[in-house]
Amino acid sequence: MPHDHSDPDHPHSLLPPDPALRVKALETLLAAKGLIDPAALDAIIDTYQHKIGPRNGAAVVARAWAEPDFRDWLLRDATAAVSAMGFYGRQGEHMVAVENTHAVHNMVVCTLCSCYPWPLLGIPPAWYKSDAYRARAVREPRAVLADFGVVLPEGCAVRVWDSTAEVRYLVIPDRPAGTEGLDAEAMAALVTRDGMIGTALL
Amino acid sequence: MSRVHDMGGRFGDGPVIHEAEVEVFHEDWHARALALTLAAGALGQWNIDTSRHARECLSPQDYMRFSYYEKWMGGLAALLVAKGVVTLDELAGDVPTRSPLSTKALKPESVAGVLAKGGPANRPSNIAPSFAIGAKVQARKLAQNTLVNGGHTRLPRYAAGAQGRIVLYHGTHVLPDAAAHGLGDRAEPLYAVAFAAAALWAHPEHPADEVVLDLWQSYLEPAP
Repeated sequence: MPHDHSDPDHPHSLLPPDPALRVKALETLLAAKGLIDPAALDAIIDTYQHKIGPRNGAAVVARAWAEPDFRDWLLRDATAAVSAMGFYGRQGEHMVAVENTHAVHNMVVCTLCSCYPWPLLGIPPAWYKSDAYRARAVREPRAVLADFGVVLPEGCAVRVWDSTAEVRYLVIPDRPAGTEGLDAEAMAALVTRDGMIGTALL
Repeated sequence: MSRVHDMGGRFGDGPVIHEAEVEVFHEDWHARALALTLAAGALGQWNIDTSRHARECLSPQDYMRFSYYEKWMGGLAALLVAKGVVTLDELAGDVPTRSPLSTKALKPESVAGVLAKGGPANRPSNIAPSFAIGAKVQARKLAQNTLVNGGHTRLPRYAAGAQGRIVLYHGTHVLPDAAAHGLGDRAEPLYAVAFAAAALWAHPEHPADEVVLDLWQSYLEPAP
């Protein structure tokens, strides 16, 4: 029996209004049509909850700090350099690494949606996807950094990278002083997700 | 004007609320929505530009009131209907029929491989790069799709008409303005273009600050 499709331009209005029920209804429908296997959904969730996350990026940064040749490779061809460490895939097909210095602080945003280097940092945090971050990061990055408790040194410029294409940016934070004796694992532990987005200093 | 998603530079939003690195999904349904979107995408009925455009085509009222993953569900429902994968009646609760696409359903054992493979956006192109590193350029004055009225574009409104300089060349990439609308890849040179904050904002925070955007060659012309 045909239904009254009062808003055919926006089919989601036919689904339950509660978002959790809306997802459930879509999943149930697609499973009944044979289009998705719920076990595949479980596998995707497990991947981003337990296997792919910001510890990948931290390993890349720690290696860049420790090995000048790797740092040079990373800055020259990040896609190849991180692929060689096993980090490649969806939302990380074209990587560029940008290095913070005393003169320039880099910060990454996607004003149009939520582009983010998944193979290195995982699923973006809610604040990265928020309207406030998307709207403000390009116009007032220093005010946004202040929301994170970050104040840049005098004379340091901010360079905000708006991810408008399929290129994904990884910030290489400044190596903290006094870390010369640390092994790779200890150095990686110092590298935060926010540091690799550019909303934290280490 | 572009659409409601194009919010870079907008005034009036509140503070950015930080959260700990261990938070991946706040709700189970967020995780489910993400996985459902990826699994449905694996059916191969649309590309990333089409799916972005579907979210952008939510009504401005829905776009603003929906949380992040609600937008994804709204976009997915629209795509499924637009591509004939499900019917409006099925969405409304009619008994579903098995889809001929079911042979393409993503299997659990294929997930790791599919995610690891990704989907590169670079393609060969016979369009040669017009701009060298350091060249002064001006972004298109209208942040609008020139191929399709109201269509998808990746030129944000805040950079339209602004002058900047080329800082990186990324090779030739799929043009979203075409690919989102079934007009082919139309790959062309893609650059990172740096704009001084003062070229974008009436009240820049600092004279040395810059914003860098990835922009396709057809979005750009030589600076006058």
